[in-house]
Amino acid sequence: MASPGKASVSDSHVGKKKKPPARYWQEETDGEKKGAEDGGRAAEEEPRTQKPKQEEHQREGKRFISGKSDPFPGPAPIPEDRLQKFKRKEKTKKHRRQHYKLRDIITRSEEASEMAQKQAARFDILLPEDAGFLEGDEEEDTYTISQEDIADAVDITSGAKYFNLKLSQFGPYRVDYSKTGRHLLLGGRRGHVACVDWQSKQLMCEINVMESINDVKWLHSETMYAVAQKKWLHIYDSNGIELHCIRKFNDVLRMQFLPYHFLLATASASSFLKYLDVSVGKEVTAICTKTGRLDVMCQNPHNAIIHLGHPNGTVTLWSPNQKEALVKMLCHQGGVRSVTVDKSGTYMVTSGMDKKLKVYDIRALKPLQSYFLPAGASCLSLSQRGLLSATTGDVVQVYKDVCNTPVTKPYMAHRVRGTAWGLSFCPFEDVLGVGHGDGFTSMLVPGAGEPNFDGLDANPYRSAKQRQEWEVKALLEKIQPELISLDPCELGQVDQATFQQRHQDRVQALGFDPLAKEKFVPKYKKKGRSSTGNVEKRKRQVAHEDQRDIIKQTVEDKMKMEKERKNREKKKAKLSGSRSALDRFKN
Amino acid sequence: MKVKVLSRNPDDYVRETKLDIQRVPRNYDPTLHPFEVNREYTRALNATKLERVFAKPFLASLDGHKDGVNCMAKHAKSLSKLLSGSCDGELKVWDLTKHECVRTLQAHEGFVRGIVVRFCGTSFFTAGDDKTIKQWKMESPGYGEEEEPLNTILGKTVFTGLDHHQKDGVFATCGQQVDIWDEQRSSPIRSFTWGVDSFSAVRFNPVETELLASCASDRSIVLYDMRESAPLKKVIMTMRSNTVCWNPMEAYYFTCSNEDYNLYTYDMRFLDRPITVHMDHVSAVLDVDYSPTGKEFVSASFDKTIRIFPKDGGRSREVYHTKRMQHVICVKWSADNKFILSGSDEMNIRLWKANAAEKLGVLTPREKVAVNYSQKLKEKFQHHPQIRRIAHHRHLPKSIFHQTKELRVMKEARRRKERNVRKHSRPGAVPVVSEKEKHVVTVVK
Repeated sequence: MASPGKASVSDSHVGKKKKPPARYWQEETDGEKKGAEDGGRAAEEEPRTQKPKQEEHQREGKRFISGKSDPFPGPAPIPEDRLQKFKRKEKTKKHRRQHYKLRDIITRSEEASEMAQKQAARFDILLPEDAGFLEGDEEEDTYTISQEDIADAVDITSGAKYFNLKLSQFGPYRVDYSKTGRHLLLGGRRGHVACVDWQSKQLMCEINVMESINDVKWLHSETMYAVAQKKWLHIYDSNGIELHCIRKFNDVLRMQFLPYHFLLATASASSFLKYLDVSVGKEVTAICTKTGRLDVMCQNPHNAIIHLGHPNGTVTLWSPNQKEALVKMLCHQGGVRSVTVDKSGTYMVTSGMDKKLKVYDIRALKPLQSYFLPAGASCLSLSQRGLLSATTGDVVQVYKDVCNTPVTKPYMAHRVRGTAWGLSFCPFEDVLGVGHGDGFTSMLVPGAGEPNFDGLDANPYRSAKQRQEWEVKALLEKIQPELISLDPCELGQVDQATFQQRHQDRVQALGFDPLAKEKFVPKYKKKGRSSTGNVEKRKRQVAHEDQRDIIKQTVEDKMKMEKERKNREKKKAKLSGSRSALDRFKN
Repeated sequence: MKVKVLSRNPDDYVRETKLDIQRVPRNYDPTLHPFEVNREYTRALNATKLERVFAKPFLASLDGHKDGVNCMAKHAKSLSKLLSGSCDGELKVWDLTKHECVRTLQAHEGFVRGIVVRFCGTSFFTAGDDKTIKQWKMESPGYGEEEEPLNTILGKTVFTGLDHHQKDGVFATCGQQVDIWDEQRSSPIRSFTWGVDSFSAVRFNPVETELLASCASDRSIVLYDMRESAPLKKVIMTMRSNTVCWNPMEAYYFTCSNEDYNLYTYDMRFLDRPITVHMDHVSAVLDVDYSPTGKEFVSASFDKTIRIFPKDGGRSREVYHTKRMQHVICVKWSADNKFILSGSDEMNIRLWKANAAEKLGVLTPREKVAVNYSQKLKEKFQHHPQIRRIAHHRHLPKSIFHQTKELRVMKEARRRKERNVRKHSRPGAVPVVSEKEKHVVTVVK
């Protein structure tokens, strides 16, 4: 992944003549344009910084018999940011003396993981594809560039990815891309379901379920999909044959599929959040959220927590293991219209009836940014590389870097025909699918998709055989729903016993509490000196003995402080020297 | 306007012909692989379950002896040969690959008490209840020849154990005393006694080859230096030890099998307390043998099981038993670290896998990688309760299961009583004695 700066280095090296070293007066007189200079400076600076390094190496490096020395001794350096990308966790603190065997084990495993981290970082350079980008000319905003212009400018295959499907009959469409990004599922409000291999524009099946459709979702592979119909939840295969009608799931409005858990989470009009295990076909949990109609839903791909948006402006977080919400956040003044979470599980973007678009840090549960959109966003979607798309009426806007820096202008904008109802970025492609009242639009959004996929996880080019093998592997690795929690790495952490627990174990083992204080039993005294009153008195003499010292100390400290403060004031008064006539009465 | 859109050439990602293998481009970015830990945990759980599914340790039973198998010896040079002696004085040589007996000879009258193969592998010694030590050729006699010992030594007393020096023509026997013999002479070159009248086992140290250890009937383990005239030192325990075995890699450690159901690993230099107490058997432990790597050892017990212990672990990692196996008298770990041989009362020698779930035979590289990976995963998640439960579960015969429970209850009761006594007596009057210190009476030098 060569940056543009680096590319210009090689250009200058091959094409241009080497310039004489720049002198201090030349900078003013150089008639070069500013823009060209920017590129050139980056190119010039690099060799200048590299040269002294090489000389250093020459001094240090091992000499060969021929007199030459290795200019790059040692292993190739790895950039720090790239190493950071593969960093899993901090180093564990080791006790100096105790547990020498454990310390050895930790050291060895840390060495191994460090090596793995370095190798992964090295391998990162070899990744074949670069991310897309869109840059306007001088003083040209990128959002003014139309889709047609982009489609004309890029190559034919990419240009073909911008297309419109005119389906005005069964009106507004929900959209879902399969996990590999090869297949597209369209579900029309009035019962039209179509699945398409959208890159080759091959129609896999097209049916009308003769019922209103609330949502459509691919299951783990492109052979099956779920359709939330008017009454029940139905599952069809890619030929359009109905496989199941699940009567336990009624009035489903929105669905999310958790691919690593094989769970289909559904939110219904009767305020139930239900989880269906699609590998065994059983309902895992049904949670009554008691918050009314649930038609705003998204999942956190990092930890498989379901986010629900409610008409009272709150967003709630759910896991199948708990009947109450994990988190309740008041995000908007009006109702929540849409929620989405980014791939790394860091940011949540919400839009509400108060026409605001807000960005939250979902780990710290803190607001980061708040934007005002004049029309308010009805659908939101975050791409793999962090582009945010929002629809306001029939306008689709794409924003860049909304999470970290305040943004004033959209990155791209496009007007579709009819109100948008479904919105989804295609994984591993620079494409945004918009389902609207007049059909479906596939937009080109350069820089949206992850350029390099992992063949063992989601391979857009996999064959049927590979898909079958992947399916077996994935089913074997199915994560149990009990493991869903806010922190997905919890299982890998050391379960450290608290002091209380250790103390309890110790008491259990010893049979008595070694830290317990002995109870004071007053000695029996004769001649009536062990009367109840006397005993109580003697007990009071020793009561709270351990705390007495502390209390005494604090009182003394307080007195001292007070005294010091007074002294200081006195000194100040003396120094200021302005004694009034009334001061004589002060002391 | 400058624009670039992701556009992949399918030729880079799809195989060229059907004869090629599929292309699998990788990207190790952690954000593309969510739930890392959870998925690894699931894999580890599956690997642990599969390990239990494939755990079939029993390989073969070698039958042919007409009485209980009393002792066994590994061949010094050949992996496939095994010698075994039975209680009726018969000695058999086995071919382990074919699972058959290749030679039978009547070595002694009465028990064969000890067999040892000379370090060169050309001959072996046997000692028996008929007060003789015999040296035999490893090769079976030719057609028409009589089966005759090379050499016979007539001793004064019964011999109970036998071991050969690692490099020299010297061997040691034990009986009423520990004798060091030169192969060429008919009388011992040295005899050690230390006030006891019988020894049950003697072993040469495999590294410091002049050192010996023996178990005596006065509940002691005695250490000798062959070059000196008197024994070095001994440790007296609460119960008698049956056999002793040196760790072949760290030869300053030895493990003894004790009558009190435990095994004890000692450091030769510090005999006042064992390094580890290995508990799990529910009856007297009769024999012990180390794996050639010195990481684990196997023990045979009167409770009809054999157990495998890690060298520094207090509990066994594995227990082997069959319905028909009776009191196990002798046990050996094969020199290739893969098999365990056990000889028992009911005249059979059994061949077990040292690693119950291991696949025998040649592994393809991919299999090897998969095995290593799952091994690492199991190791990583071994302390998680679910995985631990599955990995530790073993089916035990009813009698052993109940006996284990009974022992646990007894031990707990004793502990509770001690705790109560301590609680109600003057502080320091009832000191805490650790399990390791409990079983050592004294060390004598």
